[in-house]
Order: sequence, then structure tokens, then C-alpha cells
Amino acid sequence: MPSGIGPVANPNPKPNADSSSRPASEPEASESSRLIKRHSLSTRLWHWTNFLCLIVLLMSGLQIFNAHPALYWGEQSGFSDPFIAIHAQAGNDGEQRGVVRVAGYTLDTTGVLGLSDDNGQLRQRAFPRWATLPGDKWLTMGRNWHFLAGWIFAPSVVAYLLYTVISRHRRGSIFPTRRQLRAIPRTIVDHARFRFHHEADYNGIQKITYVLVLFVLLPMMILTGLTMSPSINAAWPLLTELFGGRQSARTLHFICALSLMGFFFVHIALVLVSGVFNNLRSMVTGRYRITERPDGPVNREDSHE
Amino acid sequence: MSKPQSSGPNRNRRRLLSGMAALGAGSLLAGCDRIADNASVKRALGSVEQLTYKAQRLIASRQALAQQFDKSQIAPVFRPNGTTNPQEDYYRAWVENDFADWRLTIDGLVEQPTRLSLAELSAMPSRTQITRHDCVEGWSCIGQWTGVPLADLLERVRPRDQARFVVFHCADHTYGGSDLYYESLDMVEAYHPQTILAYGLNDAALPVANGAPLRLRAERQLGYKQAKYVMRVELVDSFKNIHGGKGGYWEDRGYNWWAGI
Repeated sequence: MPSGIGPVANPNPKPNADSSSRPASEPEASESSRLIKRHSLSTRLWHWTNFLCLIVLLMSGLQIFNAHPALYWGEQSGFSDPFIAIHAQAGNDGEQRGVVRVAGYTLDTTGVLGLSDDNGQLRQRAFPRWATLPGDKWLTMGRNWHFLAGWIFAPSVVAYLLYTVISRHRRGSIFPTRRQLRAIPRTIVDHARFRFHHEADYNGIQKITYVLVLFVLLPMMILTGLTMSPSINAAWPLLTELFGGRQSARTLHFICALSLMGFFFVHIALVLVSGVFNNLRSMVTGRYRITERPDGPVNREDSHE
Repeated sequence: MSKPQSSGPNRNRRRLLSGMAALGAGSLLAGCDRIADNASVKRALGSVEQLTYKAQRLIASRQALAQQFDKSQIAPVFRPNGTTNPQEDYYRAWVENDFADWRLTIDGLVEQPTRLSLAELSAMPSRTQITRHDCVEGWSCIGQWTGVPLADLLERVRPRDQARFVVFHCADHTYGGSDLYYESLDMVEAYHPQTILAYGLNDAALPVANGAPLRLRAERQLGYKQAKYVMRVELVDSFKNIHGGKGGYWEDRGYNWWAGI
């Protein structure tokens, strides 16, 4: 996964005289640039396997959610008072409306959530057919896809995290240095101005994001998922206690999935605006073009896995 | 194994590869449904169930008990699901006289088949447990169940060595269809101490909506395993000759037989 959520923002940027005349993916002529090897084959394989798995997991997960489109806190379901519910109900005019209810607030989402087009007819469904796998309401097939993708996703996440913790080199490329943390305000300003810098190392924001995704969101997805299994629940009751009950685990599973989707969209947006060619090349071939500024090296290392 | 080339690790590898190919293809939005309907994809998806079953048997202790809860956590109403009021004539007749004529049959691959009345079952040593019911749809509900441990009943009829599964035949035609509901457990789950045939819910007789007079509680499995209106317990070595041959009403309709996840 360590492609940039965006490329690296330089903590001490130099004004670029001709930046408007060049595509963002290619560095300026006044600065020297060269290709480095940024991502190893294993990282690239992991990235694209995760890409496929996460899409299948998300869409089949929404299919599973549709079977009982309500979320609760605690061990069991307080059916009359869910934390989140997506369903259809009669509006003021007597017409059916799709609504999302979150903690007492109701939002009209007709057409997308709660009530949406299903083969030319408006039907009650939490998530619309284009968002679920399979498209038809078919819980068992959704579960099958979910577990197939889960069996590929979870072991590869665990292996990757172990490797990241064990390898000093990987720790360096994932965990932020103090200097990078101090440079975060600057990085934010640079990103807000769409001023992206291409360096070998990630910046502080990228690294914090990766730490959160890799060490919080992904393990949460796996652990809350396991907590919903009654067999695992009997074997490892600590998990259920950790998350405050099976229904809490289900709600957290959903919230973390939404957060991952948020990461996914920001990730893609930044890949697009910061030089889509250079970014995609780095995650397909491993080669990434970096900029070397005349006032001294900013790159700690020449290559990153 | 008539064709040697389709046996052993080769076949497994092909299955895995076709599974991974299916996964890759499955994410191409347009083609999803067509691919999901493909027979070999369905087989690959089915082999994942076997993987989950074996993995859970491997890592989860066979004796591990499902969580038990406090009386204060019992849900005010235990949510009934599936059939809630069987309309079959024989069932209506049982209800009329409080299940006095009802009998539980235990037969199949056993040394000593038997028939037991509700009074006889109630006279046996009982077990009461407050557990959480987890529906495959996603919701959970806590209730207190009282009943006879299945292990005690099995001890009484003495299963033969060939017996590999316990099948629970029910009185209801789910959704008014032509098939009677049924379910099954392997011997590990059947002998588990919390696996009981329950006749009581929350200190009262089991209501009709929840499966009167007798229902299965297999607490480490999802809700569709918890067969209601159980009339007959049959020990078998395979599901081949029972209804759709997949070991359960929902299993015959595509659900996983392993309901531990």
C-alpha cells in the first residue's frame, strides 16, 4: 500500500518559475530529476491484491449489510432504537422515501440509499444494486465473496504488518521522523496550494495516514470481522469484550469500512492531481521519478521498497 | 478419482487459481453477476467454506463454550424468525392438546432407536443457559434456554461408528413451500455441552413462535442452524438422500453448511 496518498511535499519548497507549463507528473527542468526504484515487487503485488480484495470485500459487505440494514451498540440488537438504519418509509405525501437514520437524525436519500432503482423499479434496499456484489439481493453469495476475499486479504495484511514491524528498512519508510512531523503544517500548506514535491521518502502526513490505515484500520477490519463469527466468539471471548459486544463489533466493522473508503477516495484524488503517470508507474513498474533540488539532498535514501 | 490428472494437489491448485481469477474478475463491475453465476466460480466459492470450517476447527478449541450472559441482559422479546406459526394440520392438533400426543423420534445409525414424549424429555437432567443468538442477517438477541443436552440423548440411543452427522427434521414447511425445514450438525458440535434440545425459553414453556415444543440450540453456530419444531433426530453418515442433499433447508438453497461464521 505504500504508494503515496499523494507524493512528497517538500518542507522547504523553492518557488517554481515554470511550473504552470509542465504536467504535474514531470519535474521542472531547472531541477535535476531521475528515476529511482520506489516499490519492490512484493509491495506492488500486495498493493494490487489489496485493491481487488477491498473492492470485493466492500461490495459484498454492502450486500451482507442489506440483509439487516441497521447497526447497534452492545451485545445485541435493540430493534426499536438502532444507531444507524437505512430503510424506506412513507413520506409526508404518502410516497415511499429512502431514508438514513443516524443517532436520531433522519436524512432523505431516495434514489441511492433506502429506496433505489432495481431493474427499472424503485425498491426498498439499503445500498443500491450498483454498489453490491452480487447486484441482486442474495445474502449467501455476498457472504461467499466476502469470505473468499477475506481469506486472501487477512493473511496478506498480517504477513505485511509483521514484515513492516520486523524490517528496519520498512519501519523507516512507514513511521515518520521527528523532522517530518515538525514539517506537517508546511506540508498541509503545500498540499492546499497543489504544490507537490517528488522525493524518495514520504512526508509526515502520508506516514501518519499509513500508520493509521496499516496499524489501526486494517487490523480493526480483520478483528471486528472475526468477532462476528460465533465460533471465534466462543474460542476467543476477549475479542468480543474488547469491542464491547458483537453488535458493537459489527458497527465498528461498518465504520472502519467507510473510513477505508474515505482513504481510498483521498488516495485516488491525490494520485490523480499529483502526477498520475509517475504515481501509477511507480506502483506498476516500481520506478518513480524524483526531483533533486540544487540546495542539497533531501532524500534520505536512494531507493524505497 | 477416475481421472488422475484432476486429483490431489493439482486439483486444489486449480481451484485456488480459479478462485483468485474469479476474485480478480469479480471486481470488474459490469461482469460480476454473470461471473457469480458460473458453475466453477460457485465451486471455488464453496471450497472457501471447507477452508473456514477446517481453520476454525483447528484454531478454536472444540470444547470452548459460547459466551453466557446475565439474566439482566435477556431481551424483552426473543425475536422469532423463519416460520413463526406452522399451519400444518398435525401441528395444529399438537398445539390443541399442549403437545401431549407429540413424540420425538431418535433413529438412523443408532443401536437403540427411541421415541420420547415432552414429559419424558422434561424429566431428564436439564441444562439452562443464557446465550446470544446470532442471525446470519446480522442481528443478535439474548435469551435463556432450558433443555436436554443432546449428548445425553445420544448416549441413550448409542450412535453406531459410521454415524458422522446428526440431522434434525422439523414439522414446518418454511414459507409454505413443499420442503420441510431440517438442519444438521457434525459430531463435534452435537456432543458440545451447550448443544441442547430446548423446551423452555426465559423460564416459560417454549412459545410456538420460537419453535414449540422442541428446538435445537447449537450456540457456536448461526441462527439458521437452530432448527425449530424438531420432530425427529436422525443419525446419518451422509446427507445424500435427505431432501436436497446439502444438510439443511437453507444449505439446499446455497447457504454454507458450516455456520460457525
